[in-house]
Amino acid sequence: MVDVRSGIGEALPPPEVEDVELYHPHSWWTRYVFSQDAKIIAIQYATTAIAIGMVALVLSWLMRLQLGFPGTFQLIDAEAYYQFITMHGMIMVIYLLTALFLGGFGNYLIPLMVGARDMVFPYANMLSYWIYLLAVLVLVASFFAPGGPTGAGWTLYPPQAVLSGTPGGKDWGIILMLSSLIIFIIGFTMGGLNYVVTVLQGRTRGMTLMRMPLTVWGIFTATVMALLAFPALFVACVMMLFDRLLGTSFFMPAIVEMGEQLQHGGGSPILFQHLFWFFGHPEVYIVALPAFGIVSDLISTHARKNIFGYRMMVWAIVIIGGLSFIVWAHHMYVSGMNPYFGFFFATTTLIIAVPTAIKVYNWVLTLWRGNIHLTLPMLFALAFIVTFVNGGLTGLFLGNVVVDVPLSDTMFVVAHFHMVMGVAPIMVIFGAIYHWYPKITGRMLNEVLGQIHFWVTFIGAYAIFFPMHYVGLVGVPRRYYELGEMAFVADSVHSLNAFISVMALIVGAAQIVFLFNLVWSLRHGREAGGNPWRATTLEWQTPETPPPHGNWGKELPVVYRWAYDYSVPGAPEDFIPQNQPSPGRVSHEAAS
Amino acid sequence: MAVVVILVLLAVGSVLFHLLSPWWWTPIASNWNYIDNTIIITFWITGIAFTAVVLFMAYCVLRFRHRPGNTAAYEPENKKLEGWLATSTTLGVAAMLAPGLFVWNQFITVPQDAAEVEVIGQQWLWSFRLPGADGKLGTTETRNIAPENSLGLNRNDTASLDDVIIEGGELHLPVGKPVKVVLRSVDVLHDFYVPEFRAKMDMIPGMVTYFWLTPTRTGTFEILCAELCGVGHPQMRGTVVVDTEEDYQTWLAEQQTFSQLSASSETSPAATAITASAAQ
Repeated sequence: MVDVRSGIGEALPPPEVEDVELYHPHSWWTRYVFSQDAKIIAIQYATTAIAIGMVALVLSWLMRLQLGFPGTFQLIDAEAYYQFITMHGMIMVIYLLTALFLGGFGNYLIPLMVGARDMVFPYANMLSYWIYLLAVLVLVASFFAPGGPTGAGWTLYPPQAVLSGTPGGKDWGIILMLSSLIIFIIGFTMGGLNYVVTVLQGRTRGMTLMRMPLTVWGIFTATVMALLAFPALFVACVMMLFDRLLGTSFFMPAIVEMGEQLQHGGGSPILFQHLFWFFGHPEVYIVALPAFGIVSDLISTHARKNIFGYRMMVWAIVIIGGLSFIVWAHHMYVSGMNPYFGFFFATTTLIIAVPTAIKVYNWVLTLWRGNIHLTLPMLFALAFIVTFVNGGLTGLFLGNVVVDVPLSDTMFVVAHFHMVMGVAPIMVIFGAIYHWYPKITGRMLNEVLGQIHFWVTFIGAYAIFFPMHYVGLVGVPRRYYELGEMAFVADSVHSLNAFISVMALIVGAAQIVFLFNLVWSLRHGREAGGNPWRATTLEWQTPETPPPHGNWGKELPVVYRWAYDYSVPGAPEDFIPQNQPSPGRVSHEAAS
Repeated sequence: MAVVVILVLLAVGSVLFHLLSPWWWTPIASNWNYIDNTIIITFWITGIAFTAVVLFMAYCVLRFRHRPGNTAAYEPENKKLEGWLATSTTLGVAAMLAPGLFVWNQFITVPQDAAEVEVIGQQWLWSFRLPGADGKLGTTETRNIAPENSLGLNRNDTASLDDVIIEGGELHLPVGKPVKVVLRSVDVLHDFYVPEFRAKMDMIPGMVTYFWLTPTRTGTFEILCAELCGVGHPQMRGTVVVDTEEDYQTWLAEQQTFSQLSASSETSPAATAITASAAQ
C-alpha cells in the first residue's frame, strides 16, 4: 500500500525559480483600494459578495411574505414578485456563492496554503475584482431602471425573457441582466486563470499536488470547471442580447405574441436551455467543490484526525468535476428535448452519486475515533453534512428521469436545490469564516454570538426546506405568485407555507447577529495568536498574523509532509505542521 | 450533548414528519402509478441512508467528543472499508435507476392505438384541438395565426377542416383509452400539468412535444401551467374532464369543427370579435 504521507524523508528538490520581490504598494490607495495583494482582493470580493447577498436575503423575505400571506402586502404585486425571485436566484448563485468561494476564499487561501507570496498575476487579479464590482453595479442598476429588473426567473428562458409579458422583457431589465453576466464572466476569467496557474506553478518547494490541502483541490477543480462552463453562458447571453436588441433569432422561432405576429423566425428556445444548463449544472459543483474541500479541512482540524481516505477524496473531487459536464440535461427531462436523452442523462446523473457518497462516508469516518472539538467551525461542518446529505438524496429523485416527471417544476425542486446548493454550501461558508477569521484579523469571533447564529440558522434553515419538499409532493408548482383556488391543495398547505415564511424571517434575522459579530470582533474579539486551532496547513504557520503583503517574510516555507498529520502516534503534539521536517530528515540529508 | 440530542431529534423527526404529515400526493387518475411506486422505492432507500448517516454522526459526536486525555486514532486509509462502501452505494443507486429507466421506457413509448389530442398554449390561455372524423390532425403553422384562425391551421390541408377546435374551454377525454397529448405553443414556453395525471411536458414555440397517458377514473381536474410564462403564469388555468364513453360522445357532438367555425366567422363579424378577444 502506498503511504499517503508520501515523500517523508525524500530528498527535497532544489528551487526551480528564484524567489522574486513583489511589487509593493507605495500609497494608501494602492495598498487598500487598488491593491494587488490577493488577501486584500479576497476581502474586497467577500465584502461585496456579502453586501449583495444581503440584498438577495431581503428579496427572499419579500417573496416569502407573499407566499406565506398572499394578498396581505400591497407592494408585492405579481410583477414585483417575479422580479424578486429572479434577482434573488441570480444574486445568490452567481454574485454571492461563486464570487465568495472563488474570489473570496480562493484569493485568500490559495497563495497561503500552497506557500506562495501572492497570485502569479497580481495585476489581472486586481482587475478581476473591479470588473466583478462593475458587474454587481450594473445588476443593481436594473432595480432603478425604467421597468425594473427582469422577472424572467433566474434561468432567463427565452422567448419570455425578452417579450412584454415578462417584467423587464421589453425594458432595461433583461438587457442589464445579460450585460452584467457578460461583465462578470470577463472578470471571473481573469481571476480564474490566476487561481489555476498559481496552483499549478506557484507552489512552494515540497508542496506536491498530492500534499495540497483539500480546500485547494476543491477550489482549483471548481475554477477549472468554471473556466470551461462560463463560456457557454457567455455566448448564450450574447446571443440573447442580440435577439433582444438587434432582432436576430438565435432563440426565437415564429411567435404570435398577444395576437401580434413578431418578426422573429427559425430560432430554437431549447438551444438556450442546453447552453444555460451546460453552464448551469457544472455551476452547482463550482459552488459545491470548494465547499467539499473546505469542510474536509474543517472536520479534520477540529476532530484532530487526518481526513479519511485523502487520495480517494482528491479523485472524487476530480471525477465529480468531470462527470458534472455530462449531466446537464437532467434539468430538461420535461423540456421537450428528445426523450431518448433521458436514458443517458439519468444514468450519468446517478453515477455521480457514487463519488459524492464516498465523500460523505469519508467525512463521517473522519469523525469516527476522532477527538471532536465542538467548535463553531465543527458545528457548521456537521450542519453541512446533514443538509448536504438531505439535499443530495432528494437529488436522486429528480435525477431519476421518470421520478422527475411529476416533481419537476414543483416546490420539491425549490426545496431540493436550496438544501443542497443553498443551505449546505452556506453552512460551509459560515464555518470557514469562523475558522479563518482569526488569521484574517488576528482576533477570534465571539463564541456566544456564534452559538446563537449557528443554532438559529441550522435548525431554522432545515425547518424551512425540509417541509417544503412536501408542498411540492402535494403538487404545488414553483414560481406561482399566488396559488389561488386549487382543488388538490388542502388548506393545511397554506398553513405550512405561512410556517415556512415565519421561519425564513427568523433565519434571515439571525444573519444580523453574524454581521454584528464580524464587525464587533474586529476590535473586541479575543486575541487569536498565529495558530489558534493548532492546524497543520501552511496558512497557520506565517511569521505574522494577519500575514502582510508577501506572506512569508524572508524565507518561503518548505513543505515536508501532507496536510493531515494530526494525532500522529509518537509525536509530541497532536499536530505536525506541513513545514516541519521529520526527525529522520537531518541524517538523511547529511547522508546524501 | 445538545448536539447529539438535536442530531437524533432531527433524524427521528424527519422520519416521523414523513410518516405522519398530511401532505402527500393527490390521488392518481392515470396509468402512471408506476411513477408513484418508483418514488416510494426512492423514499425508502434515501430515507434509510439519511437516517443512518445522521445517527452515525450523532454516535460519533457522543462517543468521540473531546474530553481531557482523549486522542484521535491515526488511520489514513482503509481500502477494504472504502471498497465495500462504494460497492453497496453503487448497488443502491442501481436499485433506483433500473426501475426508473424501465418506467421511462414505457413513458416515452406511445401505444399504437392512442388517440391524438392537441393542446395549444398561449399567454395565458389553454386551447385544444381534436382530430375530427378523419382521425387526423391537420398541419399548422404559427404564421397562419390570425383573428379568425387563432390556432394557425392550414386551410389547404383537408385534414384540418374537420378538426374540432376548443378555445379557452374544457378538454374532455374518454376514460380508459390511451391518449397521446400533442403539445404546441404560439408564444413562450408553457407546460401542460395536471397533478392527478403525474405526467407533464413543456410546450415550446416552433416545436411539437408530446406525452401519453390513459385516464383511469372519471372526474374533473385542473390544468396548471408548470413553466414560467410571464406575469400571468399562475392564472393560466384550464379544466380537463374525464368522461365515460357516452358522456364523451355527447360532449364531442356539441363541439364545432374548424370549417364550421370559419363559416360562422365569415357570416357574423361579431363572432370573430368574440374569438379574438378570447385569444387575448
